[in-house]
Amino acid sequence: MVSSLVIDNVTKQFGGLIANNNISLTLARGEVLALLGENGAGKSTLMNILFGHYVADSGSISVFGESLTPGKPQEALARGVGMVHQHFTLADNLSVLDNVMLGAEKLARIASGRAAARERLATLSSQFGLTISPDALIRSLSVGEKQRVEILKALYRGARILILDEPTSVLTPQEASALFATLKRLVTDGLSIIFISHKLDEVLAISDRVAVLRQGKLVFEGATREATKASLANAMVGREVTRIQRDGGSSEKELRTELLQLNNVSADCPDSRMPLDQISLLVRAGEIVAIAGVSGNGQSLLADVLFGIVKPSAGTVGAASPRSTSSTKKQSVARIPEDRQHTGSVGDLTVWENAILPRVSDSRFSKWGWLKRTNARAHATALVKRFDVRLSSIEQPIRRLSGGNMQKLILGRELSEQPEVIVAAQPTWGLDVGAVAFVHQQLLDARARGAAVLMISEDLDEVFALADRIAVMSKGRLSDAVSSAHWTRESIGLAMAGEALAA
Amino acid sequence: MNEILLLLADVDFWVAVLRIATPLIFGTLGVLLCERAGVLNLGIEGIMVAGAFTGWLTVYLGGSLWLGVCIAALTGALFGMLHSLLVVRLPLSQHVAGLGITLFATSLSYYTYRVTFPKVESPPKIESFAEMNWLPIPILSQQTPLTLLALALVPTIGYVLYRTPLGLALRAVGENPQAVESQGIDVMRLRTGAIVAGSALMGVGGAFLTLAAFNSFFFNMVNGRGWICVALIVFASWRPGKALFGAILFAFFDAAQLRLQQSGGGALPYQLYLMLPYVLSILALVLVARKAAYPQALMQPYVKGAR
Amino acid sequence: MRLEPRTALSPLTTLGASLGAIAFTLVICALLILWANADVFAAYGAIFNGAFGSRFAITETLTRATPLIFTGLAAAVAFRAKLYNIGAEGQLYVGAIAAVAASIWMTNDAGELGLPLAIAFPLMIAAGALAGALLLLIPTLLKTQFKVDEVVTTLLLNFIALLFVSMLLDGPMKDPTAMGWPQSPTLLADLEFSKLVDRARLHTGLLLACAMSIILWIVLSFTRFGLSLRAVGANPRGAAFAGISVNGTMIKVALISGALAGLAGVGEVAGRTGYVTLDMSPGYGYSGIVIAMLAGLNPLGVALAAVFVGAAIVGADAMSRVVNVPTYIADVIVATALISVLVAGLLTQYKLRWR
Repeated sequence: MVSSLVIDNVTKQFGGLIANNNISLTLARGEVLALLGENGAGKSTLMNILFGHYVADSGSISVFGESLTPGKPQEALARGVGMVHQHFTLADNLSVLDNVMLGAEKLARIASGRAAARERLATLSSQFGLTISPDALIRSLSVGEKQRVEILKALYRGARILILDEPTSVLTPQEASALFATLKRLVTDGLSIIFISHKLDEVLAISDRVAVLRQGKLVFEGATREATKASLANAMVGREVTRIQRDGGSSEKELRTELLQLNNVSADCPDSRMPLDQISLLVRAGEIVAIAGVSGNGQSLLADVLFGIVKPSAGTVGAASPRSTSSTKKQSVARIPEDRQHTGSVGDLTVWENAILPRVSDSRFSKWGWLKRTNARAHATALVKRFDVRLSSIEQPIRRLSGGNMQKLILGRELSEQPEVIVAAQPTWGLDVGAVAFVHQQLLDARARGAAVLMISEDLDEVFALADRIAVMSKGRLSDAVSSAHWTRESIGLAMAGEALAA
Repeated sequence: MNEILLLLADVDFWVAVLRIATPLIFGTLGVLLCERAGVLNLGIEGIMVAGAFTGWLTVYLGGSLWLGVCIAALTGALFGMLHSLLVVRLPLSQHVAGLGITLFATSLSYYTYRVTFPKVESPPKIESFAEMNWLPIPILSQQTPLTLLALALVPTIGYVLYRTPLGLALRAVGENPQAVESQGIDVMRLRTGAIVAGSALMGVGGAFLTLAAFNSFFFNMVNGRGWICVALIVFASWRPGKALFGAILFAFFDAAQLRLQQSGGGALPYQLYLMLPYVLSILALVLVARKAAYPQALMQPYVKGAR
Repeated sequence: MRLEPRTALSPLTTLGASLGAIAFTLVICALLILWANADVFAAYGAIFNGAFGSRFAITETLTRATPLIFTGLAAAVAFRAKLYNIGAEGQLYVGAIAAVAASIWMTNDAGELGLPLAIAFPLMIAAGALAGALLLLIPTLLKTQFKVDEVVTTLLLNFIALLFVSMLLDGPMKDPTAMGWPQSPTLLADLEFSKLVDRARLHTGLLLACAMSIILWIVLSFTRFGLSLRAVGANPRGAAFAGISVNGTMIKVALISGALAGLAGVGEVAGRTGYVTLDMSPGYGYSGIVIAMLAGLNPLGVALAAVFVGAAIVGADAMSRVVNVPTYIADVIVATALISVLVAGLLTQYKLRWR
């Protein structure tokens, strides 16, 4: 039998970095292959080579027995390879049908065959159980529906090989199972699927075979049923994975001090983010409270309210500690944003300017409107040293730092103030394992010190690993924060889908 | 009040409205193509000057009127090419590059004019487009064929935009270039094409001034019409039909202020009437700005491979 | 063709890029001069001589540069905060007319200055600055409150401001002795800027302009406001996260930028013409944007770039009288320089890869 896809000895080098080192893989018809690896392991480089966005230094790729010309983005698509990206590639203000038809017809055609396209889309929809209204605008769809459109887009263009990049990162567990059911149907129909992920449970559940990439090399390939969670984890990270140890809860006496309060906070946002509906929450000294939920249920707006970027339309946010007063912007509150590039830092400013920016009015860093540049530079140098930020100079624009180093600087900037309250939104998003452990340790240390930590996270593993109490966000509302021992993956999944709140 | 009613019933008035609107229709449709593809083109003011000049020069040197129109379109397309080199191939600031194009196109046209006609007392004249007297439609029969072309372009561009695969790709690239790239369509070529086509229309809009509205080229003849088009497209929510409506509405006020100036006489300073269209443009922007559905990728340079 | 960010900036690259931009500009304009059937070297020589060849030429160049420094600074400070003020031309005119209005207001019945000069002089300058600032405040408030794009509104306000000034020159501020020309009354002689050198038009406005560029440079680099301004311009969301009021900063920037453009008008009326006419600025406001970009938005660089543009205009003017090349070559030189400097600046940050 001819393999659907053969990747033969592909190597790609960027400067000194070998992103793909002699990788060979095959994908059979009707098979789900999981591609596993950390950020930067070379997964996306490999996919970019497959889709002709990069040209491999050596090696070749063939689809259904015919080799692909390197550097031709059209070719993989034309030969029946479709990709569903982690960040959807949909045009928000266009309809589902428009998005599906985009690029499916020759651009030079004098008229679109819209009626035929509509019919074909309807057939595909019903064939694979992917119901969607063809005239709905993309921006009116939920995340799960958008993903369905992406899959339909690929099927519409005749994809026989489907590549899904981190498809469940934006889904509730229930939506994820629906996705898995769809994938099973596709495989039965003879399609082949590459499933890119770093979530081991999913990989074990859905795939027939697993391939693991680490630092550009293929370090493991084999049948899924012969792999275990531990063996895959070790292959992925290259060492024994040590779980962060969390000591028991803080004493009751400490816990009595309520440091962060949200009282019936509602907020709207001019952009199309989910509005907040009467959110109340208490975070006490010495505990970590996590807000779990699927992306797009109001977490980003809640973070903006907590960070002081958006003013709530009703309700109050209070950091009720002896040292600080009304606003979470005060010094004793540390704020770690989800998006270090667009929120946590100002890319064009230097490292030292970023190191003082939120506290520039502080008497340490300015007086009578003048910057104390010597102090500021000394402060930045100290932070860099203490938090092991790798850079060539504090005069560099911060955007030249890697994601991990940027996050270390931001963490350092916030945590070095010995904050009583810490608000962290997706603090480990996009970081490699080493950096994740560092961030987690910092949060746990702060908790041990008696700080109140509020963490917003979409990563359930992270939530269960760190939190004393967990609240779930769904459709702009927040459940009660309940001890993490009371939650199971099942119950939290239901809450994320909004079931528990309705009841 | 009575005066205004008389105005509305006056055929000559509407003839003037349509004449004033014509260059704005070309210009606004040009801006529409650029901005739908996600690119701001502040080069329009200069491109209109250049189109007015080269179109006129072609006819002056013995070319036919339609050849003049084609040369004006070509001129616009060339400057569009330059603009897309700067902002599509290279991720330069679209504001600044556009202003640079305006300065470049304007100064180059004036320079060339002076090199070609070092010492002229009054601007040399050409035989401009004649009115279409053979047309049995009232107001239209007193227009030149360029106005007809402008009006015909509105449904044409509407059709291309909403009924062809190319138009779909164009609308998508101004919303989310990644969506287009991931379907194997070249974002850069698509955007370049849109800017070149849009700029060609701007060039023709300029040429209308020298080949139809007047019969010679003089300095400052474009006089902010390009900027008006940039304002009109926001008012028109980037739709061809509304762009036509916006252009005619603007022309209506412009023609009305001319009339009021003549009939109203010294009651008010004439400058107030002249201000009216500009003030109204700003007001229109204020009214629509809040809900304006800007193409989401407008002014965002696309760097391949970057997210 | 694709771009790859450079990891390190080498001074050699920067130097090479600048030299390349200059060479490119000279070559393009040389072709245009050739086309006009003139000797390229003679033309360039005449431009240089006309701009710097004599004491008089130098003073003329600097006189030209004075309003350009102001409008260049106006654009630089606004663009640093990503407030696209394209309305410096209008702000210049209202600044000029406000200075004259202040002068008229301070004139007593005897036709003399009714206030001590130490009060009147700053008052006149403040009037011009305030007028420019208020004119830019309108589109800025529309931007912060209603999200109206300021590019188009500032552009349109240029036309409105010019018509407004024209209206004043035809009506309440018409000089009755000007024989029907739309021209404002002449500023009181006491309020005029003094001349810097004998037998030349160069005036103390130049010193004010240079002082402004130094002050602005200090503000941007050494003050809290400067840091906030740069943060707002580079990343408004990041600035808001850091607790900086984005709208507040925008409004302050608008006041500064508009005031600087207003000062350009004050300088022209008090230092050069003495009265306002509708052709007193040959597009200084628009040139200011070019100058700001040529200077990479650096206030100190603005002064240099303004001298360059001033020299091109004055030099080309002188040259066209000797060599048969139209003066518009000055604008072509400036426009080509702008485009090539922009491209060169980009190439210092990115490497071009052809595949």
